[in-house]
Amino acid sequence: MAIASADTAIRSSSFSRVLIYLVLLLFALFYLLPFGIMLVNSLKPLEEITGGNMVSLPREWTIAPWLSAWSTAQIGVEPTGLRPYFINSIVMAVPAVALSTIVGALNGYVLTKWQFRGATLIFGLLLFSCFIPFQIVLIPMARILGILDIAGTTTGLILVHFVYGIGFTTLYFRNYYAAFPTELVRAAQIDGAGFFQIFWRIMLPSSGPIIAVSCIWQFTNIWNDFLFGASFASGGSAPMTVALNNLVNSSTGVREYNVHFAGAIMAAAPTLLVYIVAGRYFVRGLMAGSVKG
Amino acid sequence: MGFLDINNVTKSYGAVEVLHKVDIEVQEGEFLVLVGPSGCGKSTLLNMIAGLEGITSGEIAIRDRVVNGVHPSKRNIAMVFQSYALYPNMTVGQNITFGLEMHGVPKADRDRAMADVAKLLQIENLLDRKPGQLSGGQRQRVAMGRALVRNPDVFLFDEPLSNLDAKLRVDMRTEIKKLHQKLGTTIVYVTHDQIEAMTLSTRIAVMYDGYVQQLGTPKEIYDNPANLFVASFMGSPSMNVLPARLRDLNGEIHAEITGAEDQSLHLRIENAPESYRAYLDAEVMLGIRPEAITDPEGADRNARNIQSLHNTVSVTEPAGADTFVSTTLSGKDCIARMRADADVHPGQAFDFAVNMDKAVLFDPKTEERIG
Amino acid sequence: MAVTDAGQDTGVDFRTRLQNWLPKIVLAPSFAVMVIFVYGFIAFTVYLSFTDSRMLPSYEWVGWQNYDRLFRVREWDIAVKNLAIFASLYIVICTLIGLMLAIFLDQKIRGEGILRPIFLYPMALSFIVTGTAWKWFLDPAIGLENTMHLWGWESFTFNWIKDREMAIYTIVIAAVWQSSGFVMAMFLAGLRGIDNEILKAAQMDGASNWNLYRRIILPQLRPAFLSAFVILSHLAIKSYDLVIALTGGGPGNATALPATFMYSYTFTRNQMGIGASSAVIMLMTIAAIMVPYLYAELREKK
Repeated sequence: MAIASADTAIRSSSFSRVLIYLVLLLFALFYLLPFGIMLVNSLKPLEEITGGNMVSLPREWTIAPWLSAWSTAQIGVEPTGLRPYFINSIVMAVPAVALSTIVGALNGYVLTKWQFRGATLIFGLLLFSCFIPFQIVLIPMARILGILDIAGTTTGLILVHFVYGIGFTTLYFRNYYAAFPTELVRAAQIDGAGFFQIFWRIMLPSSGPIIAVSCIWQFTNIWNDFLFGASFASGGSAPMTVALNNLVNSSTGVREYNVHFAGAIMAAAPTLLVYIVAGRYFVRGLMAGSVKG
Repeated sequence: MGFLDINNVTKSYGAVEVLHKVDIEVQEGEFLVLVGPSGCGKSTLLNMIAGLEGITSGEIAIRDRVVNGVHPSKRNIAMVFQSYALYPNMTVGQNITFGLEMHGVPKADRDRAMADVAKLLQIENLLDRKPGQLSGGQRQRVAMGRALVRNPDVFLFDEPLSNLDAKLRVDMRTEIKKLHQKLGTTIVYVTHDQIEAMTLSTRIAVMYDGYVQQLGTPKEIYDNPANLFVASFMGSPSMNVLPARLRDLNGEIHAEITGAEDQSLHLRIENAPESYRAYLDAEVMLGIRPEAITDPEGADRNARNIQSLHNTVSVTEPAGADTFVSTTLSGKDCIARMRADADVHPGQAFDFAVNMDKAVLFDPKTEERIG
Repeated sequence: MAVTDAGQDTGVDFRTRLQNWLPKIVLAPSFAVMVIFVYGFIAFTVYLSFTDSRMLPSYEWVGWQNYDRLFRVREWDIAVKNLAIFASLYIVICTLIGLMLAIFLDQKIRGEGILRPIFLYPMALSFIVTGTAWKWFLDPAIGLENTMHLWGWESFTFNWIKDREMAIYTIVIAAVWQSSGFVMAMFLAGLRGIDNEILKAAQMDGASNWNLYRRIILPQLRPAFLSAFVILSHLAIKSYDLVIALTGGGPGNATALPATFMYSYTFTRNQMGIGASSAVIMLMTIAAIMVPYLYAELREKK
């Protein structure tokens, strides 16, 4: 029989299967190598890096680079390590994620279940705002933050990330709620539930997955942001990515690669952790943000 | 004034009017079915009664209170949805009492009401389950329970049986009818299924294209359809509609049709109303229900005017209880409904017995019934 | 009609009216924020691009002068050329790798559950982290070149990152590393969405695997191709972090992109007018791609 009996209809010869596995493994190596080598080398003393082979395991294992990156490395002018900036990023990301998700949920609810004239236009405008190059808002944003007297503060960054996160969170919740049966809303209306009661009692309890998607996506984006951090934070209020860049690209002194690597992994750790724990939602967020406009 | 009054109600979306001057008066305890094909406006009308859609013009009144603009929850109505619309995150018990909770009914009263309804619908053992764990029939019961517990003035049903499989649908249909007989509630029920309409209703409004085509009891609708649409929509298989000419033969009016071999056939019409005379020698549409065409032994014994019709059988379709027999009349397939053991075969020349008491005539231009 | 009924009606009406207004009231703040922070800001930047703003915004109208100067600045010329090279290679390579990996993964591969997350994880990283990792990996003194030398391949050279001509390609490598897994995920979703019965029917018709993909499957992936193109081109135009972390725009300004150009002209060189005009050009480019795409997607949904 030439026709596969199982649920897939495509068959290939065993030779090409070997080839396929080979290619897939090679690419797995390609994706793992840079990060893996970085991890290995963050546990080496500096001499082993400058004088040795990057792919060899440490002859002498050490966590000194990690300790240095965390608490003593020179960031800009202060030898504070990355710790305060890590905390900055958390203080910035958590409220910004929470606020933009809540607002996005309400917007999605209104745009799908309480359609009014012009709703599609508003959604279109919101949607386009997800994709603007943020360079176009840098100058006026700097002015506004100055006027509000929150320039160079974490509060300012929370505002910025919240504002430019609404578009995406609204998109998520709108697409999710569009598939949510409108009859449930009507039934609740007849039962006497009001606008917010329907949202709290009917919509939100069924929104777990999309809340996860929205939070994860927002967290990843905000944590990984560099442009806003570099533009609107100054000195001690900089987020992790900016501090890491300062650490790595500081022109003074010896380049402590192992410390840089430890710092880079620290900067990557939260989003990577989220990815490992909730990869399913992460992928869903990527898809929802791209395939379905 | 009725219990539920729909007075000259219209609905427009922008410039498009989708519901034209609907006028229906529903009495207390009536079971009104709105039936029609999809897009006829029946669901829109139901949603307007519920308050889920605005009324463009006209008035809807429940118990003499005009409810235009009144919030759905303040109309004292309850609705059963096509998808049941059970809240997925709540248990069956919470689903049933949610409406009472929203109306501020104390917990003890809610629980008592829930127990009564659960007993009535025999769903006491399901109260702690989530809707996701229920079968289609059980969900249907819960949805009805949620409506019943409110003790509303009017029940609205939006195609409540269309998501059930065929057998369950028949069972639930009987159950709804029993419930109506027992509780004597006022019901407005939307369906596209004409059998549901016939079996359940005390009155039917047949809708098409935003107009109420005919409003009447099931028997009126079935026996005396107001126009060709109602005639063909109600009944399965639908009414045979044949082009015919009215002839005056010896002072009696006959419908002249052509048989399978182009031979002229005449069917005498007894007690023809005077209005038929206006159509003499003109073309009309002759409507005959399949069950009014039988084999001679199977003809209705109470009928006064059985006409014999000699024609060739083209196809027979045994359906268990009946056998459907097709024959070509006036160039159209005409279906006869016979006993299962009627001796009919394809190609055979057969003497059909046509019960002309049941025949109706339509004007081919206006499509309205003559008479 | 009884009077009491009418009285009740108005009471009820108020709640209904409030309920009718609530959705708009809830949406209003977001709408206001969007109008100010997105479209208002865009308008402001567009306005600035027609003024002689330098370190601070100025309101002196100078017409098209900034755009005129922008297109005569050599750095902008380099940035645009770099973007052309970077974007086209980035899009093409990501699409090819993504498509290949997706098709391979779709062959009932053992361990797909392990491979898929490995291909995709770089997407969770910050470009700054990616830049840090690759900067070092590509550094001839300690990275790949050094390793090859230590392994005895003395003649091996890989010093693109120090080479003015080749440095832009290192950006492509790092960017592809970060995004190709994402493209893979998009194509894989597309492949999984294809009706298996169509494939069975095609096989009954005698189509070879090659023809199956060429004639039946790839044409059905059209939406995925389109989305990949739109998302990748949008990412390419916005690329900023990666360049900063990997090369800092260097050597010299060999890897400058419009995004880095805008930043340095606006905030370091105090040429805000020119910076604003470059941002406007970036916006127009993205709008030219996104607006038709979003319009089509929104219409389809209706």
